[in-house]
Amino acid sequence: MIPSKFDYVRAESVEHVVQLLQDSDGEGKIIAGGHSLLPLMKFRVTEPGKLIDISRIPELKGVRLERDRVIVGAMMTHREVAENPIIKEHIPVLSDAARLVGDIQIRNRGTIGGNIAHGDAVADLPAPALALDANLIISGEDGLDVINIDGFFLGPLITALPENSVVTSISFEIPPSNAKSAYLKYFHPATGYPVVGVAVVLGVNSDGLADYVRIGITGSGDVAYRAKSVEQELIGKPLTEDVITQASKLAADDGDIGSDLFASETYRRNLCSVYTRRAISSLLD
Amino acid sequence: MAGKVGARIKRKEDPRLLTGNGYFSDDIQLPGMLHAAILRSPHAHALIKSINIEKALEAPGVVAIYTGKDLEGKIGRIPSSWLIPGSNLKEAPQYPLAIDRVRYVGDGVVLVIAEDRYGVRDVLDLIEVDYEFLPVSVRQKEAMQENAPLVHDDIENNIAFHWKAGEVPDEEIEEAEVVVRESFNVQRVAPSPIETRAAIGQYNPGNGELTLWCTSQNPHIHRMVLSEVLDISEAKLRVIAPDIGGGFGGKIGVYPDEALIGYAARDLKQPVKWIEERNEHFSAANHGRDEIIDVELAGTRDGKLTAIRVKNTANMGAYLSTFGPGVPTIDFGLMITGAYDIPKAACETFGVYTNTTSTDAYRGAGKPESTYQIERMIDLFAREIGMDPVELRRKNFAKKEDFPFTNAQGLVYDSGDYEKPLNKALEILDYKKLREEQEALRNEGKLVGIGFSTYVELCGFGPSAVAGAIGFQGGVWENATIRVHPSGKVTVFSGTSPHGQGHNTTFSQVVSDKLGIPLEDIEFVFSDTKAVSMGWGTYGSRSVAVGGGAISIAADRIIEKAKKIAAHELETSVEDIEFEDGVFKISGVPGMERKFVDIAKSANYAWNLPEGVEPALEAQAFFDPENFVYPFGTHIVVAEVDKDTGQIELKRYIAVDDVGRVINPLTSEGQVHGGIAQGVGQAMWEGIVYSDQGQLLSGSFMDYTMPKARFFPTIETAFTETLSPVNQLGAKGIGETGTTASIAAVMNAVVDALQPYGVTDVEMPLTPEKIWNIIQTGGENDDTI
Repeated sequence: MIPSKFDYVRAESVEHVVQLLQDSDGEGKIIAGGHSLLPLMKFRVTEPGKLIDISRIPELKGVRLERDRVIVGAMMTHREVAENPIIKEHIPVLSDAARLVGDIQIRNRGTIGGNIAHGDAVADLPAPALALDANLIISGEDGLDVINIDGFFLGPLITALPENSVVTSISFEIPPSNAKSAYLKYFHPATGYPVVGVAVVLGVNSDGLADYVRIGITGSGDVAYRAKSVEQELIGKPLTEDVITQASKLAADDGDIGSDLFASETYRRNLCSVYTRRAISSLLD
Repeated sequence: MAGKVGARIKRKEDPRLLTGNGYFSDDIQLPGMLHAAILRSPHAHALIKSINIEKALEAPGVVAIYTGKDLEGKIGRIPSSWLIPGSNLKEAPQYPLAIDRVRYVGDGVVLVIAEDRYGVRDVLDLIEVDYEFLPVSVRQKEAMQENAPLVHDDIENNIAFHWKAGEVPDEEIEEAEVVVRESFNVQRVAPSPIETRAAIGQYNPGNGELTLWCTSQNPHIHRMVLSEVLDISEAKLRVIAPDIGGGFGGKIGVYPDEALIGYAARDLKQPVKWIEERNEHFSAANHGRDEIIDVELAGTRDGKLTAIRVKNTANMGAYLSTFGPGVPTIDFGLMITGAYDIPKAACETFGVYTNTTSTDAYRGAGKPESTYQIERMIDLFAREIGMDPVELRRKNFAKKEDFPFTNAQGLVYDSGDYEKPLNKALEILDYKKLREEQEALRNEGKLVGIGFSTYVELCGFGPSAVAGAIGFQGGVWENATIRVHPSGKVTVFSGTSPHGQGHNTTFSQVVSDKLGIPLEDIEFVFSDTKAVSMGWGTYGSRSVAVGGGAISIAADRIIEKAKKIAAHELETSVEDIEFEDGVFKISGVPGMERKFVDIAKSANYAWNLPEGVEPALEAQAFFDPENFVYPFGTHIVVAEVDKDTGQIELKRYIAVDDVGRVINPLTSEGQVHGGIAQGVGQAMWEGIVYSDQGQLLSGSFMDYTMPKARFFPTIETAFTETLSPVNQLGAKGIGETGTTASIAAVMNAVVDALQPYGVTDVEMPLTPEKIWNIIQTGGENDDTI
């Protein structure tokens, strides 16, 4: 499995990344952890002429609290995300999902920015990112930009990321204090990618009614999506078994569900429902 | 030193391998070494109209480019080495590169040699091949029909061979009280060793010697076959198998690629290296299985089995591979009665050419398939007559007192006591209690199943006269030389060829016990045709039973000679010398003794040898066993099905195996674990999938699911020991028992779990969606799944 010939350059700063992208005439491709890109290159599915390595840029690292949001540097590895105390305290569904990405070697190399910016329909982190209403902070030719995660994924490996730009960090909303969360994943037996991965953030008020529901689903559709039909069905209702079951039946409705060698569309739709139901139920006492 | 056999001894190989000091094909670097890549057909069946290599020739570093036409008459056909007699076998010629027609996705078309490993791969993209598509035959039953596209124009109905063994008249089936019929598809799988194939050729123009390092399980077979293919003296061709990262049967075959590399190295007079890419391995290395097995099992209502009739339609791929024809015939068809005393049996096998990769032996080779059908049928028969599947098994087992037992197909099982591992496994399981729990869980709507496989396997290949009678183009005896150095250290030369099994460890234990010397004093030479005079390699779980047998005999010869020298030095007669734990002594005379190292020195110095005794201490033995060996055992699986998703959870896996003498329980457990993972892999996850156009859809690990450790519960293993009479060690083979037993055990458990839905079979692999569909439809459409 040998890729085509390519050049390699290590970027020194975010400005340098943008400059290198501009100079590469569309031949440039950002490499972070490389765990999505390199397999594609080895299959010669993609043959970039130049790899721009962003892994040693200090400003892409780190996690910080900013009022009601947590800002995570794009170059944070899955392992770092899984173990970071700020993330674990305020947005635990993100660390829960990061802990289930690939295997330990992949988690040591793969990054949150790459996992999202690559736009792979079977990446794990888009699900919690959707459930946490993430904003992608982007640097490009026209300076800084912010793109909300809902609408970022346009198709398999296609995103709204403008040309010659780079995701520098991701900002996640901290859910209300009564909210609980869970990420539930059905592993593809061959790859370990989610056949379906459901991230749920759920708040229940003192009357026992759902007052906050955000659900992100990845793996089953051509892109990850917010299961808004389920959210709407649940909001303001008591979370009885029947209500959850009925609402979860809508879990595939907001996605564009497909078929492949492993699972048909019908089966995947069922998995979306079952995993949504189970993820929600796991949050109730 | 005694007591090494039977001890849990850690693998001698591991420190070297685990610290990165292995020496694999890709570690070989030779001065001036060139690199090879092979352009392969992306089409299942097409005429080659033209090949344009102009651009490729101009690429930097290109040294040579060969097409099939260029090599016509220069490299011979790659033959099959198992020509089943009486089967009207038609062997289609396989050339090292396709000449005018490609017959499967992966068929070699152009060989490129260049200076650089990366560069040579780029060159493949510069070659233009103009193909004219031909209609394809992909699935064996369709390929046999009239008007099916022919893979080879002169082979009618694509039938490569038609083999029969045994007779069961129609009335035996039709007039039986109970007949159960089922059709099983034992799907195609890819052996997928962690190391892909490789070959490195080096030619010495001075003496005309060609050295070929390659990933072979049987380097002497490679030498024998390739010396003909390459038209070089067998005495000038040296084949070496360096460290090998697994074979599982996929490295038995003598492949076109190895011939190409040997040829190119000789032609260019420069070393040439070829390392197969992983996606190349999926299409160009032999696959395993792909057999459709139709079975009729007859018996009485009270559970006495009377006759079995089996038809196997085997997909052989585009060409007959090295051992290919033997797998669905001899290996499969003579074992269809399994562990049972079924008086009448018949098997009919069609081998069919298709536009797919060739199939060959894969861990177990024929026995997993035969075990699968009989163990599945036993369960179905038990269900049909309302008998517990364990009881039906007991009732029909070949009885302990009937061993050596002759099965209905005429094979003589060397030794057996089938109740013993069954009882032990049931005890570990607590069967009665579990059945009660199962009933209770079913009432709660949970789907739990218990599956058995009380298998027997044929291995330890084997008696050479039998090999000849069944068309095997070679012998299957083994060869061992033990060389005792003046210091008392020992080098053992063996004709078996390890590729992960741990021969160095287990054989050391045998030699250590025999000669009374420490394990550390024993070194081995395997897998080099220049160092080991002859041998038939490692497959069919033969290394301990046959190779170990040869080593034991050679060790006896060492002791016999050493005793003469000891007797001479101690001034007594040989009859008075006892040898125990590395010491030669005179019975009843304390202090009068010589150590093994003393005799090693005196034999090699030869200052004072008895009359008629030659110098040195070295012995060779050639061991041709009188029979195969037949390990057996009971595997039990407890599985639970998730009703909502169809996912299967393996709750328990119990394996009680009887492989005769267990040389090393630790490495044996490792073999059992690995074998089980591979069999369960077939049952639950693995599967090579071709489209109707012959495109390989499962051509990477993105789609081809390998079993992983986290898919399994702790495997509960135990052994019983019923010694084999056919070799000195009393040992049978263990490499393939796990694979042989486990496929049926898993499937029986899942079908048992799904009993509320009335299904009798689910096609492998057991993907969750298939199970979910059964649950959704209430079992209505199980045949269409």
